[in-house]
Formats: sequence, structure tokens, C-alpha cells
Amino acid sequence: MNDEVIITIEGLKKHFPVGSGRFTALNGIDLSFGKGEFAGLIGPSGSGKTTLLNIMGTLDSPSEGMAIILGESVGNLSARASALLRKSQLGFIFQSYNLFQVYTVFENVEFPLLLQGIEASKRKKMVLDALEWVGLTDKIKSKPAQLSGGESQRVAIARAMVKKPAIVLADEPTANLDAANSHNILQTMEKLNRELKTTFIFATHDEKVIGYVRRKIFLFDGKVAKDEKIEKN
Amino acid sequence: MIRFLFKGLLRDRHRSLIPFIVTATGVMLTVVFHSWITGVLGNSIEFNARFAAGHVKIMTSAYSKNAAQTPNDLAILGTDTLTRIISEQFPEMEFSERIYFAGLVDVPDLSGETRAQGPSMGIGIDMLSGNQAEIERLNIPSSLKSGSLPQQRREALLSRTFAEKLGLHIGDTLTLVSSTMFGELALYNFTLCGTIEFGTTALDRGTLIADITDVRDALNMADATGEILGFSRIGHYNNEEATNIASRFNKSYYSEKDDFSLLMKSLAEQNNMGFLVEYSSKLKGILVFVFIVAMSLILWNAGLLGGLRRYGEFGMRLAIGEEKGHVYRTTLMESLIIGFLGSMAGTIIGLAISFYLQTYGIDLGPMMKNASIMMPQVFRARITPEAWYIGFIPGVLSSLFGTMIAGIGIYKRQTAQLFKELES
Repeated sequence: MNDEVIITIEGLKKHFPVGSGRFTALNGIDLSFGKGEFAGLIGPSGSGKTTLLNIMGTLDSPSEGMAIILGESVGNLSARASALLRKSQLGFIFQSYNLFQVYTVFENVEFPLLLQGIEASKRKKMVLDALEWVGLTDKIKSKPAQLSGGESQRVAIARAMVKKPAIVLADEPTANLDAANSHNILQTMEKLNRELKTTFIFATHDEKVIGYVRRKIFLFDGKVAKDEKIEKN
Repeated sequence: MIRFLFKGLLRDRHRSLIPFIVTATGVMLTVVFHSWITGVLGNSIEFNARFAAGHVKIMTSAYSKNAAQTPNDLAILGTDTLTRIISEQFPEMEFSERIYFAGLVDVPDLSGETRAQGPSMGIGIDMLSGNQAEIERLNIPSSLKSGSLPQQRREALLSRTFAEKLGLHIGDTLTLVSSTMFGELALYNFTLCGTIEFGTTALDRGTLIADITDVRDALNMADATGEILGFSRIGHYNNEEATNIASRFNKSYYSEKDDFSLLMKSLAEQNNMGFLVEYSSKLKGILVFVFIVAMSLILWNAGLLGGLRRYGEFGMRLAIGEEKGHVYRTTLMESLIIGFLGSMAGTIIGLAISFYLQTYGIDLGPMMKNASIMMPQVFRARITPEAWYIGFIPGVLSSLFGTMIAGIGIYKRQTAQLFKELES
């Protein structure tokens, strides 16, 4: 990791209306992330980790406080500007893969590049590169239904990585995978993190993921309970 | 990008094939229903037009006041010339002279004494000139139950039940006893050449049909006719057209002060037919409107559910960086394409079914054995210009509207909310 800060969160609160009252999912979060981090938001269900991930991904906005992602304040971004930020700089990986079922592996990975308007030949090379990173070049014509869970998640990683984003946000990426596939996925992401200097932030309570991250941020009741960095060789 | 989305549309049966089938089915039903209702409601009007009222009818002013009694003493004179002139003046109509008359049919025995007798309602139409228009108009060839159509003078057709009641057989002689247009006794012999059955009690009770030349001879009506019926060349009754022509005709030929001036009445102005025309038009409007609304609701819902089903996909696309406006526009475009193609297919299939129903119809004769009103036995659909586009209202507009409503969620919901729906 270098010292360049790409995410700054100060006094972040997020409330959701519940009946006539409100539920506070995040209650004063202060955090910052540097370029190339491999960090985990760790906590039980309801601790606020997915909400925090959504705000960092500009999928949601803060109720109070501020979240600055790559120099842009999430609360002040227009829908178009946040879409542009997601399109160019953010990648998402989800527990249930969320691949487009009617498209092939190649086409799923190609989609973010189509949004960027990249020309066909360059697009093809980038997709093949991304599939090579995750070891799926032999599956480019397969449909998601023909893939195993591990393969599907690797396609999701390729789709998130193909545009070489600055930040990848992964929400419980191993929850649907067995141990072998989980380790395979995590090793793939760790390798990409090292080679491409992409910042990975996980929301998880999976011990396997926790074992890989180099920074553990424990959340409890919407607050940061502990933030520890681990030195790894 | 468009090509990419179109590829997805083709591959995803839930986005393409199923909405296409639902839309095509809805549109097909709309087109068939519209054509059927138009045809069935028009059939009764056309049936009355062909057998009694014409689309327009010319009578003398005095005749028209007692038209139900067919007072041939008040008949139109100089009809040969008149028919030629009005055919030139109103080329949009085809005119036919007819003489309706009442009388007795007397059946003599070998010695010439009355063997059987019965009251008859007769129609004199053009049957021997070679022009088949009137014969086809009254559907005589397919109503013929035995024998043949008149081939020469002094041959007549009789309704089958009436002929059986009188004990008449093909080739037998019958005598028409009636009154001439001058009030004298008319006696005229015919040879029975065939029996007919229209399937309507009112017509099958005692109808005699003969060539108008014979009827003129029988009733001493040389160059005269009781009525001249006009039939629109568009093939069906159009109230606006008929009223317009009647108005133009009456300006030239009708005078309130002259009982023998000529008066043209549209079908709607005769025998309370106005009510039937108005009723049919309103009923058709209401039925078609209700059906289109119902079909629209179904297709609107289909569009709505199709949109809602895809909230997850929308959430993913937004997460990857697609703009809300782009997602919304492409969804509407998909709906428009499917709606248009489905409507095209539905309209083509609907028109094909309607064409079949227009050509062959559905025979409801067995259900109408004892009907005493003049109704057709075979009900047919009618394809009108509206049938070519009416299905597009529910097919394209409702589907699109449903998708628009569903798509509003893309704007109203927070992206994260769409995403939760994706995850659930």
C-alpha cells in the first residue's frame, strides 16, 4: 500500500425510516483507505458493513457526515456523476455473482467496457486479459448456468476488474462457495491487488476472507469497534 | 450497446417470446372481437337492407306513408327511365326495382277447381335479365331447397313449408290471386320451379318470389314499381352516406305537396331501423371499448410485471455504471419493439381469423328455428379499416405504458434499494 488516500469517511451516519421512527445503520464512521489496500469490513449481520459498502460504491448516500471517494463527495454527486464514477473507477462483486444469465461469459465481462464505449478490438483484448487473470479463457462461450459457483464468482471478478478500476467492493464474495473455491477466489483477488494495485474492500464475516485481508475493520452497531492493520509478507 | 441489449432480448424468452405471445394473443383477440362485433351487429342491419329496406329506398310520398301495406296503387311510374337517371346521378349506389305484394296462392285440381289455398307475401325481383345482383342479394341460390331458379317467364319460387302445406310439387301450376295497381282483380298462373327456405319464420311462412316482369304483368304495373332499393357499392350500410344521398335526392325529387313525388329514405328512417342502427353503433362502441380496456389492462400488467421482474437486472446494470436514463430508455425501446412486433403478428392472425369468419361465418340457424324476426342464420365477421390498427392500442400503447410505470421505479427507488431487490 502507498500513502495515497482514495477514500475518506468522516462522521458518516446513515438512517433508514422504519415505521414512524428510523433505524440508524451507521452511527458516526471515520475511516480512510489508501490506494492498494486489501481490507475487510468485519461484523455480524446488521452491523452496517453492507450499508457502508453501498455508500463507498455510490449506490447510496450518507444521511449525515461525508464520504469522499476518489475526490468526489458521494452526498453531492448527481445520479449521472455517480454513474460515471461507478462506470470508470468502481467494481462490484457480490455474494450471488449476479451474472446476466442470457449472456456468455465473454459478454458478461464485456458489458462494463460497452458502457465505456471502448472499441471492439480493444474490448476483446481487455476481456480476454481479464478472463486470463481469473483462469477462465476456456469458458468464454459458456453461459452462467453452465458454470460452477467458483467459476461464476471468477467471472464476476473478471467483470469487476476488466476496466481496471481503482476500487473493488466485494460483499460476502465467498458466502456461496466451498472452502477450496473460496481460497481460489481470494488468492485470485489478492494477486490482482498486488499486480494492479487495485484497492479491495470486503464486507464479510467469513473467517477465510478475514485470513487474507491486510486490514481488519470491525463494525458493531454501526460504529467502528476496532481497526487493525496486519503486516504480511 | 444496442446490439448487445438486443441480443439479450432475443435470448431471454421472458423478455421477448413470452411478452410477444401475450401481446400477439391480446391483439389477435381484439381484432377478432372487433370484426366479429362489427359483423354480427351489421348482419342484422344488412339482412333487413337486403330483404326489405335497402340502404336507401325510393317510394312515392303517398306509398311511404303506408309502406307496410305495400300500396301498389301508389307505385312509382316510368321506372325504366327513372332508374337509369338516378343510377347516373348517384353512382355510389346500385339501384334495383322491387315489387312487394300480398295475395292468395290458389292451387287448382285437374278440373281447375281450388284444391288448396293460402295467403302469400310476394316479391318481384329481377331474375331473368341475366343480372344476378338481386338473386345473390337475397341469397336465393343457397336458400334453394328443391328445383331450380326461374329460367323463363311465368316460373316462381315458393317457400318450402308453404309449398308442402299446399301440396305443391315442382312443375305444378299455382295461381296468384291479388289486385292490380288499379284495384282490379288480378289472376296470374305460375309454374312452381323451386322451393326455398331462408331460415327465418317471417320469410318462410308464405313467400312467393317471381321475376319482376311477371309480377308487373300480373298486377298490371307496366313500367311501374312499388319501390326502388339502393345498395351502397361499399358493400355495407353507412348511415352518413345514406343520409347524405337521401338528402340530395329529396332536394331534387320530393315535394310535400305532391303525393306522387319521389321520396328517398335511408335504412335508418324506415320501420324503426334507426333504433337498430343507433343501438348497433352504440353497442359496438361500448363492447369494443370495454374489450380494449380489459385487454389494455392485461397487457399493461404484462408490461408492468415484465418491468418489475427485471428490477434486479436494472440494479446490476446501474451498479456497473449504466445511467438510469439509459436503462429506462432501453427498457421502453424493448417494450416498443416487442409491442409493435406482437401487435403486427396479432393483427395478421386476427385478420386471418376474421377473414375466415367473414367468408364462412358461423351458422346459428339451428338455434333460431322459431325466430319470427328477420335475422340472418349465418353470422359473419366484418373487417373494417379500424381492424387494421385497433389492436395496436392495447398492443403497443398499453404495454409501453405498463413498462413506463414499472420503469418509474428506476428513478423513484434509491439505487441501493434496487440492489436489495437484486439480492433478494
